[in-house]
Amino acid sequence: MTFGLQLFQFILSGLTTGSTYALIAIGFSLIHNATGIVNFAQGEFVMLGGMFMITFHSLLKLPMLPSFFLTVLSVAAIGLLLEFGPIRRAKSKEILILVMITIGASISIKGLSMILFGKNPMTLPPFSGETPLILFGAAIMPQSIWIFGITVSIVLALNYFLKKTTTGKAMRAVAASRRSAMLTGIPVDRMILLSFTFSGALGAVAGMIITPITTTSYDVGAILGLKGFSAAILGGYGSMPGAVIGGLLLGVFESLGAGLISSEYKDAVAFLILLTILFLKPSGIMGKGRLRRV
Amino acid sequence: MPEKVFQQNQTILETREITMRFGGLEALNALSFSIAPHQIVSVIGPNGAGKTTLLNAITGVYSPNSGEILFRGMPISGLKPFQITARGINRTFQQVQLFSNMTVLENVMVGMHPRTKSGFWDGLFHFASERREEKKIREKAETLLDFFGLLPKAYWMSAHVSIADQKRLEIARAMAGEPELLLLDEPVAGLNIRETEAMGDLIIKLKQTGQTIILVEHNMHLVMGISDWVIVLHHGAKIGEGRPEEMQKDSRVVEAYLGT
Amino acid sequence: MGKKNKIYLLAYALIIFLVPAIWKNNYHLMVLNIAALNIVVVIGLNLLMGFAGQISLGHAAFFGLGAYLSAIFTATFGFPLWPTIILAMVITGMVAYAIGIPTLKLEGHYLVMATLGFNIIIYILMIQLDGVTGGPSGFPGIPRLQVGGFVFDSDRKIYYLLWTISVGTLLLSLNLIHSRVGRAMAALSHNEIAARCAGIDTENYKVKVFVISAVLASLAGSCYAHYITFISPGTFSFFYSIQVVTMVLIGGIGSLWGSVFGAILLTILPEILHAVKEYNVLIYGIILMVVLIFFPQGLFPVVAGIFRKRKDEARSGMELVPGKGP
Repeated sequence: MTFGLQLFQFILSGLTTGSTYALIAIGFSLIHNATGIVNFAQGEFVMLGGMFMITFHSLLKLPMLPSFFLTVLSVAAIGLLLEFGPIRRAKSKEILILVMITIGASISIKGLSMILFGKNPMTLPPFSGETPLILFGAAIMPQSIWIFGITVSIVLALNYFLKKTTTGKAMRAVAASRRSAMLTGIPVDRMILLSFTFSGALGAVAGMIITPITTTSYDVGAILGLKGFSAAILGGYGSMPGAVIGGLLLGVFESLGAGLISSEYKDAVAFLILLTILFLKPSGIMGKGRLRRV
Repeated sequence: MPEKVFQQNQTILETREITMRFGGLEALNALSFSIAPHQIVSVIGPNGAGKTTLLNAITGVYSPNSGEILFRGMPISGLKPFQITARGINRTFQQVQLFSNMTVLENVMVGMHPRTKSGFWDGLFHFASERREEKKIREKAETLLDFFGLLPKAYWMSAHVSIADQKRLEIARAMAGEPELLLLDEPVAGLNIRETEAMGDLIIKLKQTGQTIILVEHNMHLVMGISDWVIVLHHGAKIGEGRPEEMQKDSRVVEAYLGT
Repeated sequence: MGKKNKIYLLAYALIIFLVPAIWKNNYHLMVLNIAALNIVVVIGLNLLMGFAGQISLGHAAFFGLGAYLSAIFTATFGFPLWPTIILAMVITGMVAYAIGIPTLKLEGHYLVMATLGFNIIIYILMIQLDGVTGGPSGFPGIPRLQVGGFVFDSDRKIYYLLWTISVGTLLLSLNLIHSRVGRAMAALSHNEIAARCAGIDTENYKVKVFVISAVLASLAGSCYAHYITFISPGTFSFFYSIQVVTMVLIGGIGSLWGSVFGAILLTILPEILHAVKEYNVLIYGIILMVVLIFFPQGLFPVVAGIFRKRKDEARSGMELVPGKGP
């Protein structure tokens, strides 16, 4: 294989994992924009997505499509419960405390999953076969096509929702200014609830589409969450296009790092990039500087 | 309160054509003025005239886009707030900014920071020199609280005293830094008539110790009553300055306020 | 630091001194020894969280740097013990300085992300550089702690050494927060703009506190390595960083006595939870959530309140009251 082709292959596989990072990063951004908190349980949503799909599809033998939607609904419900229970009931509304609550939730979900699903890695069959397609000489798995397709559709649908529908506009209003949104009569609480629900659904999808490639186990949530988080920082925290670009870039960097240096350093490369970005342009690629007022 | 020794007719603060832009908005527009020591100089103007922005520029919270600010003849624009405070400018805020997790006394003790020296090692081991300095800090803070009539409340949490006391405490904390120049941002906003009068008296009492004061205030009664000099801002530019009674009659000033 | 704290500290030191006389179980002493080290890390972290208003999710990495630097320098290169521990502290401090300088200048919680990324990188390096670190199987044969020929080779002997370090850290930290520098730190964590305008070089203080906090973690890490004599990467994963942050929160942000309480409680708790094997992670998570939801100021003020008869308002706001402004 020529070096150019090899590079192309790395980029393709990077874009595949990068797409899931993008979905996770969007989940981070949705919740951050609505509440200002970093939801560390985001990675657990991804893990749950994979686990529920395995339960519905592989164990209960439900067909692919109903399993898919059942999983999305279940994890979305968990996201909703996280907001409706712990976050809303919290006595302190301080960001630090709320963030730590999501860490507590993340540990709890992980602990419960260990009991329910066991400690062994599990996997899902690819959505449609394993015969690779050849694209400009590079091999591409059908699952990658699914991942690209689903990610693009979700990003487009979410974009339409946020820009064109009343509810979506209300969510953006809350992101711009919670106070003003409340004063104009937008039900801010419901918008926050919605952002957690959506993040749950996004996590579920990310988990389902990536599991056939990477396999899953009860403890993958933390690292996937961190990757999505880094992607969000890379792109500019809170920005939707930033989340997508950040996710894809992170995936590609990681894949190049793994391919050209060593696959053991894959995660180190990802976080080294995160550190570099923080030092050079802390607001991220798509982020804007903010003016401080007294 | 130590008497300030300063020659008369000298300029303590001078701004040269300072401009401050936020996006398309010019909050300060080539603003130049100079201030003589031992006076109360009021900066007035309608809302959005750039008064608070001016204070923020002087104290280094913002750095002006162009122009120069000279304090005792030395340029200070571009310095950080703590460096400017160390050089002798201290301020209060439009909305009281106290350390509400601390007592009244501790707030003033923090204010002494730029005039004291103990470092990390002193803090860790409480050397004799540290203990001496700490005692001095406490005594001086108590003297200041006495001057401001807050000594009986020295051990109250600062969040639990009245708003008038909080405003006075903020001035006491600023004075603890031994400033040559004191900036007051709306010291009577939110106070009732009696409290406003008391604050006016307090500001005059401070001036009598030799303190130079820049006062940003909307209460015209107070401004005209205690100021030695008045500078009028409108849309970030100076539209007039002079003695209070002159400014009251100035047609441009009246126009700016009535908005013709 | 005030009379009250001096009395508390004396009583605390006395109790610690007496414990081994009553407690005969060596395993329990080992758990307490680990608690002593955790206290050092947690106090350092609380100085950062409570007095600089910043969070680090990478303290496991600083703890690990101390442990591995100590192990490598003494066991591999034969460096003398105590100078190595100090050298490890200096190196860790310089690393923290390099991370802190760019990130602490920025507004917001960039330090969280930087430390988090740093933790993962260090963890991966511990596993991958197996020629130096021993890789995933760990680093055995680290020399024991000793002072002038006296080797601390039992849990009981080392108990007094580790707890002296632990109580010493508490004493010096209490001194620090009741000083000019401590006041400045409390001020900046509460209201940064006001602190700057009061003449405090906030950036400089934040970096210094972060460095101190990392250096304390390194000291604890070195002691850990020379105590257990074997280290492996698992101890220094991101999960330990979360654990120490949790200890700070359980004790209460800004309360050093709370940190002692939080560290001891959360070191012992998992030992008790071992009885319920499979469920320990779940229970740990639920406890964390419940405490944060219902007692955001930590459990220590609640527990201390039971013992306190008079309900006097906290006279000095620099203890017990978490420092966060509007």
